[in-house]
Amino acid sequence: MELFIQYTLTGLTNGAILALAALGFVLIYKASDVINFAQGEFLLVGAYIIYAMIAQFGLWWPLGMTFTVIIAIGVGVTVERLVLRPMIGEPIISVIMVTIGLSSVLQSIVKMTWGSQPKEFPPFIPTDPVKILGATIGADRLWAIGIAIVMLGAFSFFFRKSREGIAMRAVADDQQAALSMGISVKRIFAWAWSIAAVTAAIAGALVANIVGVSGTISSFGLHVFPVVILGGLDSIPGAIIGGIIIGLLETYTGGYIGQGLNQVVSFIVLIIILMVRPYGLFGQQIIERV
Amino acid sequence: MESGIFHTTYQADMALRRTHAQKIRVVLLLVAVVIFPFFADRYFLNLANQVGIAIVGAIGLNILVGYTGQISLGQGGFMAVGAYTTGLLTKHFGIPWYLSIPISCFFTALVGAIFGIPSLRLKGLYLAIATIASQEIILWVVTHWNVVTGGVDALVVPNPTLFGTLMNTDFNFYWIIWACVGLTALLTVNLFRTHWGRAFIAIRDQDIAASVMGINLFRYKLLAFAVSSFFVGLAGALIAHYRTIVTWERFTIDVSVLYLAMIIIGGLGSVSGSFFGATFMTLLPAVLTNLGRALKEYIPAIDTFIPYIQQASFGLVIILFLIFEPEGLRKIWNNIKDYFRLWPFSY
Repeated sequence: MELFIQYTLTGLTNGAILALAALGFVLIYKASDVINFAQGEFLLVGAYIIYAMIAQFGLWWPLGMTFTVIIAIGVGVTVERLVLRPMIGEPIISVIMVTIGLSSVLQSIVKMTWGSQPKEFPPFIPTDPVKILGATIGADRLWAIGIAIVMLGAFSFFFRKSREGIAMRAVADDQQAALSMGISVKRIFAWAWSIAAVTAAIAGALVANIVGVSGTISSFGLHVFPVVILGGLDSIPGAIIGGIIIGLLETYTGGYIGQGLNQVVSFIVLIIILMVRPYGLFGQQIIERV
Repeated sequence: MESGIFHTTYQADMALRRTHAQKIRVVLLLVAVVIFPFFADRYFLNLANQVGIAIVGAIGLNILVGYTGQISLGQGGFMAVGAYTTGLLTKHFGIPWYLSIPISCFFTALVGAIFGIPSLRLKGLYLAIATIASQEIILWVVTHWNVVTGGVDALVVPNPTLFGTLMNTDFNFYWIIWACVGLTALLTVNLFRTHWGRAFIAIRDQDIAASVMGINLFRYKLLAFAVSSFFVGLAGALIAHYRTIVTWERFTIDVSVLYLAMIIIGGLGSVSGSFFGATFMTLLPAVLTNLGRALKEYIPAIDTFIPYIQQASFGLVIILFLIFEPEGLRKIWNNIKDYFRLWPFSY
């Protein structure tokens, strides 16, 4: 039973991190119909910038975090302006490939700047073990759950109440109609990319705190796919619930079955979900017409 | 000064190569391919062999992505199936390489068709993600099915021989690889002059409309996956016998991305585009390495940066092509041809 609680807690926290990574992904898809294969690299960039701020420049962590967020906004806007804007109206495969190219460029920039060796990260969120129902878990992992919940609330509020959020939904629904209502689609895209970069930076900082800073962080990019497919590509609650389900599933299979099956179980689930519900648990079903 | 290409007979219109210039270019290319190995040293022969294998794989992927419009990121996995099948058949059952290669091609086609089943309900982004899943699942099976594949350890394939001659020297294998390239190109060009190929193209352009026209989507989508995987498996099998060592690292998702980049940079939905793209993407890292070596005298620190520069230029090339020439190298080649054909009135 203790083992079960341990797995559940670890799974939940893994799921929360996945959900955070997935949030940025869903946001970009919701606003611009672009699938961002570079989401994992956004996490990577975020993790290394916070590392540079805290470990290399020795800044106080809230200050470091603020700078990281500002830089992330810059990265998001630059990427949107230089790479994604020319892709508006291009076929899906071009958009996929351009984000793959972007991921390769971002990864090489990070490696050129910081080298490919893993870095020791001075934890800024307390990592002391906490006991819950007999299971032990790092406090930073609990933070991950808390931050995921806060972000979910913030995003739901943003999409329902704020001017930009509603405009973003309008753009996602129909770009031409949104344009004719006086919404600047370009500005909305810039918004979406910078917010996605910020969530990725926060998730990256959390991951850095929990597992340290290294190139492997970018593998979260691949792990996000089962999450968003399960939850539905355009659903924010879906990203959270999908993240938690996949996080639990991977931890349970890793714990009870082993054999490295946890690396692949989410992809098997992904194929099954795609066969049964191609638009995910909460995704919007699109009726195609010729 | 010509204003277009006109034919007066159906035969001329249906011909594979329709103009004199096209015929001359094909002959020149063939001559170049035949005389190349007699002048090249080992380094260039090795490069030529890599290019040849990449062309076979790229044509295979292009059948699926460029002609049928089913985006696939599972290329690496299917190459692994081809490589491991032929390797295991040769090693454990003693089947000679010239038999095990075709068998592995057919087996890869079967596996491809199975993983193509999700394509019946999915398209676009969702299909791309489903093929990533197939890539990960195949690679997981390869690395964890220890009894058969040897797990993460390298699979050592016996050297291929023919009448007592060792075939996997750079020079001897060159002929096998480029014969496969020729065969693959010829088969693919002709495939799209048949019922099957036309159906593939119809599915790419609009699959609902295609099914209204009486094309059985279930059948032809799976066929597209099978035909594509057949050639992809061939590329994998060639790697297995050329290197005689098969490891899973050769077939990761990076390989899938690399091949997708090849056909996009070369030109989607064209055999010549696959040639251009595969050649370009195979030679790019080699050129960069040599450039780095040449610059080493002036910038000593460049050595450590070469892998990163290769990775960055890989990404940059993709981004720049998609932004400035989405139709790829084939389009650039056509522009050059048109410029000279219509000279001096090229505008």
